[in-house]
Amino acid sequence: MKELNLNELERRFQEKIDKDIKIEPNDWMPENYRQTLIRQISQHAHSEIVGMLPEGNWITRAPNLRRKAVLLAKVQDEAGHGLYLYSATETLGADREETIDDLHSGKAKYSSIFNYPTLTWADMGAIGWLVDGAAIMNQVPLCRCSYGPYARAMVRVCKEESFHQRQGFEIMTTLANGTPEQKAMAQDALNRFWWPALMMFGPNDADSKHTEQSMRWKIKRHSNDELRQQFVDVTVPQAEMIGLTVPDKDLKFNEQTGHYEYGEINWDEFWEVVKGNGPCNKDRIDVRRKAKEDGEWVREAANAFAEKRARKKSA
Amino acid sequence: MSTLFNYILKIGDDSLILGHRLSEWCGHGPILEEDIAMTNIALDLVGQATTLLNYAGEMEGKGRDADALAFLRFDREYRNLLLVEQPNGDFGMTMMRQFLFDAYRLPLLERLQKSSDVSLAAIAEKSLKETKYHLKHSSEWVIRLGDGTEESHRRVQDALDTLWRYTDELFQEDDAEKELVVSGVIPPMSEIREAWNANVNRVLEEATLTIPTNNWKHSGGRKGMHSEHLGYILAELQYMQRAYPNMEW
Ligand SMILES: [Fe+2]
Ligand SMILES: [Fe+2]
Ligand SMILES: [Fe+2]
Repeated sequence: MKELNLNELERRFQEKIDKDIKIEPNDWMPENYRQTLIRQISQHAHSEIVGMLPEGNWITRAPNLRRKAVLLAKVQDEAGHGLYLYSATETLGADREETIDDLHSGKAKYSSIFNYPTLTWADMGAIGWLVDGAAIMNQVPLCRCSYGPYARAMVRVCKEESFHQRQGFEIMTTLANGTPEQKAMAQDALNRFWWPALMMFGPNDADSKHTEQSMRWKIKRHSNDELRQQFVDVTVPQAEMIGLTVPDKDLKFNEQTGHYEYGEINWDEFWEVVKGNGPCNKDRIDVRRKAKEDGEWVREAANAFAEKRARKKSA
Repeated sequence: MSTLFNYILKIGDDSLILGHRLSEWCGHGPILEEDIAMTNIALDLVGQATTLLNYAGEMEGKGRDADALAFLRFDREYRNLLLVEQPNGDFGMTMMRQFLFDAYRLPLLERLQKSSDVSLAAIAEKSLKETKYHLKHSSEWVIRLGDGTEESHRRVQDALDTLWRYTDELFQEDDAEKELVVSGVIPPMSEIREAWNANVNRVLEEATLTIPTNNWKHSGGRKGMHSEHLGYILAELQYMQRAYPNMEW
């Protein structure tokens, strides 16, 4: 009997999704849907938070006051994105602290792009342009995701990401039009970030294990390769426009398909970084762990104080 | 007006250096909400510094804007308080430093709103709302940490003991400034000290903290005699402009 019931619940659930009716926190949902979403949203939240570090690395060295202010505002936005997304996981019954502990223990993943170092100021341009640009490609479809709180968070996040993308491209444009030294700095940043940016869309469709079910649940709307293609098609002309060269000797425009064909991604490198062997994986997690440990006494104090005040009030 | 230039430089440098210090926290805060709050305050301070230093540059009339003043002066030409260049330490140290500064800055801006210099009055008015929030935020943390756990009380009391020696400098006034007071451009520092004392006493009492008895007072920042810390701040702050001079970014 129970089995039948569950089938019926699942049928109705899928029917809602097919009709594009949003699933809300109190609605019935399959356990797998809940777990998949918790994994996906918390991974996204962690990416926002870890993503603060490579850019935070240049705030104190920004070349002028305007750039410093814009970068501060951007990194603050990323922290805000992390906050909405952790809240979205909480609507699914996840605990924020536990979620964060999973990041620190290495159990939870975050976007591998943040495991690459930011070596020059031009990297602030490359990250905004390419990394936020790729994030937009991934996230715009999620504004129509079946889970209401996630979809709504994405609407807000995407608006800010497109501002980030524009300021990054503006930095790159300024550098590309600057002195030969500045242009070389921009080209070097593009060389280092291009391939990792393409890897942000995840493995090729043939090797991607979650895609099919996620598509049916509408928590993913396009395959990794589709999104990657879209990114390449949009970004290559932008590079050409500012006179930078995409570091791919196999890159060519296919008149017939109307798409750029690009070279083979180094998947060995991708998997190494995912496994934790990228240039900054250890540094990033160590920093986050240290921030949490160093903040322990602050959180304890805040709790103790709140309790004292509550007692005073009730007394 | 070189007297006014000198004065605005002082309060502009305070904002810039404290904003720099706070921005060092970005990504390292004890909770995500505080990462956001500290970045936000840093952003306000960098904004205030930009407005003030641009105005200082105008007063000077030598074609220097905020960027030129921020990125191309050496430490002996910087006029910020010693307090704001002190290292972040732990979160308690950062909040105490912020509180001691905010409690000075707020009454200063309130009075500068009525400055006989209309541009300065307008700048003060614009910054006031931000600084009110900064003071609220830092006061709340000082109270929370002071009256939190034994450990937090000890840490924030240590911070107070360390930073107290830099607070007398907040109210020092040179001869040129006395003239600005007479012409109604800036308020007398005795008034600011009074407001500061009242606020600091109230918050520290609520925080169950003890005001240090030592009267050992450091000063020098206002005259360009800084601690060893400022050199490192400027090395980072000015790195790009020094390494790649005369470029657009
Ligand atoms: Fe973001
Ligand atoms: Fe994102
Ligand atoms: Fe972003």
